[in-house]
Amino acid sequence: MTSAAGAINLLSQAAPSEVAESVFDFLHMEMVNYVQQSTPAGASHKDEVVYKLERIGFQTGQATIERCTKDVHRFKDQLDVIKFLCKEFWTLAYGKQIDNLRTNHRGVYVLQDNRFRVFANISNSKQFLENAAPYAAFACGMLRGALANLGIVSVVTADLGQTLPSCLFQVKML
Amino acid sequence: MSRQLRVPDVKRINSELFTLTYGSLVAQLIKDFEDDEEVNKQLEKMGYNIGIRLIEEFLARTNTGKCQDLKETAEVISKVGFKMFLGITPTVTGWDAEGREFSLMFDENPLTEFVELPESHKQLRYSNILCGVLRGALQMIHMKVETEFVRDTLRGDDATEMRIRLLEILQDQAPPGED
Repeated sequence: MTSAAGAINLLSQAAPSEVAESVFDFLHMEMVNYVQQSTPAGASHKDEVVYKLERIGFQTGQATIERCTKDVHRFKDQLDVIKFLCKEFWTLAYGKQIDNLRTNHRGVYVLQDNRFRVFANISNSKQFLENAAPYAAFACGMLRGALANLGIVSVVTADLGQTLPSCLFQVKML
Repeated sequence: MSRQLRVPDVKRINSELFTLTYGSLVAQLIKDFEDDEEVNKQLEKMGYNIGIRLIEEFLARTNTGKCQDLKETAEVISKVGFKMFLGITPTVTGWDAEGREFSLMFDENPLTEFVELPESHKQLRYSNILCGVLRGALQMIHMKVETEFVRDTLRGDDATEMRIRLLEILQDQAPPGED
């Protein structure tokens, strides 16, 4: 198991420059806010919002994985790739590893984060469950973008069926 | 300066993820607006929204009291604010005679680490979000300021300079709504 510090050093080995975690969180909040306001209201409003955030995440994921895999050994198989995302990639983005990984061995993987940082500041009652969906879209896009750049075409969805700080990401290979 | 400036210890993440996220966001804005001026405006507005929240975090984590004058404010912004949030210390310079205007010079800027502006977007002020952040944060501590990037290495200038102008000290009242 690689330590958190090891994963963070994957990027910029020479002099890892750092910013406060809260800066990323603020930017993410404002990004969701912007997309919600700039998307025309209508029947498909919610889908549009998620789609747009997912696309921003996709681009970020693509660029990030390119930089953090440049000194990593070639992956053996799909599971190896997913494991890398759960450990190194997730630590880099969200400061911890994915807590639980399940698969049906037919191309469906479920990644469970028991304390997804984006949700950590939202009340854990059911009250805001409905509004929470767009906040997971960016992370879904990041995963899909990272996979895409490693040659795996997939669909990633978030499932918030449980209590809030936890989040399930379902990755389906196509 | 008599008061000691201490930068608090906060949780940090690698700056490249932040840089790349910001880049994707700007790309989306360009797609949405197609006009550089509109993108600049939108970035400033988003920065403002961030600034009015960020000041809370800043005040909670540092024990900064009221600043005596704008000179002290400028020091705190550069040596504590920027250091704490972005890990950089822009240089404070270019004071005007009355001490109501100054510049921040950015030698490094985590937002623009991998950025090159294409010819077709020379009007874009890529880091304009920072202007909004400062305006929003300072407004919450009763200082109405105007902020603007007057020079930017991305646009071919020899340095990156943000100009900050104090317009007025606000009296106690509800801040005007803006989103």
